Amino acid sequence: MKIPYYPGCTLNTVSKGFDLSARASARSVGFEMEELAQWNCCGATFPLSPDNLIALSAPAKVLANARKGGEELTTLCSVCYNVLKRTNAVMKGDKEKRSVINGFINEEYDGSLSIIHYLEILRDKVGFDKVKAAVKKPLTGLKTGAYYGCMLLRPFEDRGIDDSERPVIFEDMLKAVGAEPVEFPNKIECCGAHLAMSNTGLVTKLSGNVMTSAADNGAEIIVTSCPLCQYNLEQSQTALASATGDYKPMPIIYFTQLLGLALGQPVETLGFEKNVWDAMPLLKKKGLA
Amino acid sequence: MPRIGVFVCQCGNNIAATVDTKKVAEEMLKLPGVVYTCDYKFMCSSPGQEMLKQTIKDNKLDSIIVAACSPHMHEKTFRKAGEAAGLNPYRVEITNIREQCSWVHHDKTRAVGTVKSTDLTRMTLERLKRNQPLNKIKIPIKKRALVIGGGIAGIQAALDIAEGGIEVVLVEREPSIGGNMARLSETFPTMDCSQCILTPKMVEAELNENIKLYTYSEVEKVDGYIGNFTVQIRKKARYVDEDRCTGCGECIEKCPFNAESKFELGLAKRKIIYTPFPQSVPNIPVIDAPNCPKIQKDKCGACAVVCGPKCIDFKQEDKIVTEEFGAIIVATGYDLMPNERFGEYGYGRIKDVINGMQFERLASSSGPTGGEIRRPSDGKVPQSIVFIQCVGSRDEQKGVSYCSKVCCMYTAKHTMLYNHKVHGGKSYVFYMDIRCAGKRYEEFVRRAIEHDGAMYLRGRVSRVYEKDGRIIVQGADTLSNSQVEIEADMVVMATALVSRPGADSLAQKLGIGYDKYKFYNEYHPKLRPVETVTAGIFLAGTCMGPMDIPDSVAQGSATASKVLALFSANEMTREPITALVNKVTCNACWDCVTACPYSAIERDAVKNRQGEVVRLLAKVNEGVCQGCGVCVAACRSKSIDLKGYTDEQVFAALAAF
Repeated sequence: MKIPYYPGCTLNTVSKGFDLSARASARSVGFEMEELAQWNCCGATFPLSPDNLIALSAPAKVLANARKGGEELTTLCSVCYNVLKRTNAVMKGDKEKRSVINGFINEEYDGSLSIIHYLEILRDKVGFDKVKAAVKKPLTGLKTGAYYGCMLLRPFEDRGIDDSERPVIFEDMLKAVGAEPVEFPNKIECCGAHLAMSNTGLVTKLSGNVMTSAADNGAEIIVTSCPLCQYNLEQSQTALASATGDYKPMPIIYFTQLLGLALGQPVETLGFEKNVWDAMPLLKKKGLA
Repeated sequence: MPRIGVFVCQCGNNIAATVDTKKVAEEMLKLPGVVYTCDYKFMCSSPGQEMLKQTIKDNKLDSIIVAACSPHMHEKTFRKAGEAAGLNPYRVEITNIREQCSWVHHDKTRAVGTVKSTDLTRMTLERLKRNQPLNKIKIPIKKRALVIGGGIAGIQAALDIAEGGIEVVLVEREPSIGGNMARLSETFPTMDCSQCILTPKMVEAELNENIKLYTYSEVEKVDGYIGNFTVQIRKKARYVDEDRCTGCGECIEKCPFNAESKFELGLAKRKIIYTPFPQSVPNIPVIDAPNCPKIQKDKCGACAVVCGPKCIDFKQEDKIVTEEFGAIIVATGYDLMPNERFGEYGYGRIKDVINGMQFERLASSSGPTGGEIRRPSDGKVPQSIVFIQCVGSRDEQKGVSYCSKVCCMYTAKHTMLYNHKVHGGKSYVFYMDIRCAGKRYEEFVRRAIEHDGAMYLRGRVSRVYEKDGRIIVQGADTLSNSQVEIEADMVVMATALVSRPGADSLAQKLGIGYDKYKFYNEYHPKLRPVETVTAGIFLAGTCMGPMDIPDSVAQGSATASKVLALFSANEMTREPITALVNKVTCNACWDCVTACPYSAIERDAVKNRQGEVVRLLAKVNEGVCQGCGVCVAACRSKSIDLKGYTDEQVFAALAAF
């Protein structure tokens, strides 16, 4: 099974570990992620004003290119997933906008691509039972908080990848690899997202809430599928740790890194070295690395 | 040769200002078939009508045209006058030269209006020449009424009809009548106990000689039309002989097994042989067959052993009874939107998040806690409760677009009940708007806020979760522009009122319309609020949309008055403007059957002398046909005509223009 893959800018640079571990894990469970021959940035934000069509041209171009090679497109980054999926809905459902955008990017794209997240492939195409069967090193006893953030679960109308208010897909994946998912109330609250640029204080507060909520409920490590969440949560812990003496920062990693570990990939190929809060001591303590 | 008279009305200056009525009359007189014309100041006045009658007699007219206002205004008046003068009323036709001519033209020279009025009248004339005398349709009426749904609306309708001396059959799906109102604790705005005001009516319905109760029964099939419905009712197996059961309750006492009580909404258990609640009417238990070990595995049978009159029958089966009715009242009520839809409020995960109806049970003295407010998880008395309004209502994205209407009031009531029962208990209400337009309603909410200490917060709740055994409610307070976080012991959601499951299939059986939320459509939302497009079928209560008890009761009585009015005559007369199928050319494609919005067209079999079916034909049921003409347009072989508006007439009118 080959599935066309859009990595997005971050996964090509700072989050290379996310990309590499995902590709290797895919091979272990029986599918191949085939990077698009040509792609550009998705724009990283879906425009909120309805007539801002120029902001849709970049993601539309990605979709148009992808459609030439297949009917599906997968991606890992939550933001890319959200932007591509929403742009696709516009291209599919709004004739007028479609023709303006197509005219601008010089394409004939009709929205017929189906955008699926990596987690959806694991759940719907591979099956979590098969993932479980492929596990070589079960992550027994690893208390993991699955942080969804907001982008992965939106838009509502299109049912993101799961119930937007009570998602379980992440936890199901964690159970499949033997980890112990930790339920915490802020798992679908916003981390502050792009405000990291303009309002650091607010991001520190919001991400800090997520982290304390996860810690209070016993999480030892957080997994996410969003480079921006990963960054914000990591940064917030610096402030938390200095503000309250008893707060112990925990590693924030990508879910594919844990998946790769469970599927038996060498720990040094998973890109843990890029994390601000090192996961290695915890993994070693648990006998996983 | 016909002898037609044309009367042109001046309507004071309403018509005469822009139409030269005299000229119109003169023009009309030139046309073949017209033997008399005149114009007159007010045709509808008594002298005008007298003049009309006299002229018909004097000139031996066989049909007339009155060129005046819209037929909606005075068609009846002039047809009556014509009839008094010996004409068939359907030989009297109206030309509308006021609303559709004089009122829309401002030409003071009267040129435009006069020409147009002449044209319009000439068209009517051609139509009239091809007119057939029609006679009012008379339909016999079966003077019995069916009420579907034994909630407060249905009970009220049944009682009022029975009061009028008419026999009523009241069909209820559950083992007892009472509906949702039987679940309520107190009722707003008077705070009288719901059961105290409902149960006397339930008993009255049971004892009234004119009312026949079919509980634990459902409508299976509906045939026929106004005055003559044939309805099949499925009496579900109770496994208890209704005629012999004395309601002693011994069987319930001795039943060793329990199952979740539907009536108590999961807050309590009941026995396998049960009545839904202590005041059930009729007080005859039913056996919950899927959970009964005797019926499933032939084990136990304790109820049959203790039953004195020996009325337990494990072999009982569903029974179909067929009854005839002249009118049907639909009062099937509402349900609450499933709470599971609202993951953000923690329903299903957090035990102490309940809905408004469950709170009613907790507050009810006959409820699972005997009227003490105790939370479901551990039975503790909650010291603070958060009420969330508009859960699903006014929320097109996740719920329904409409306002559920009763929640503002019952939430205010809940805060009062809570404050009365748990002194010092703190209640918080998250609301969008407080909508309490009703007699003494606003005052009621003010009382909750000012006397019973309810804290109203204008804003939505974003998330509900548990922390250290308490429930944390996160929300916005838009009036102080801040985020709030409240620690509560219990959360009550005012979930949206929705239609009953299966409302659509019942509507299809009855041939009545419903909206996208499967609430039934009234004929006219303002002027015919309890009628449906199907003659003889009426609506009452929340099957039409959210409403409170006073409105439901009022509608129950309204339908009863409609039924009693219908039954006041032995025969029903109806307008003869109905569709007529040409039996020679109909090729039984049934497009008309599909097109007819009133289910008025039947598939009729033509038989030979041996009784064998030779061919099929569409047949219009005149009792049901409303004369809308949709079938005429749909018929591909041009085999249907509308009486009074036949193709021949309409084409002749057009050709005369």
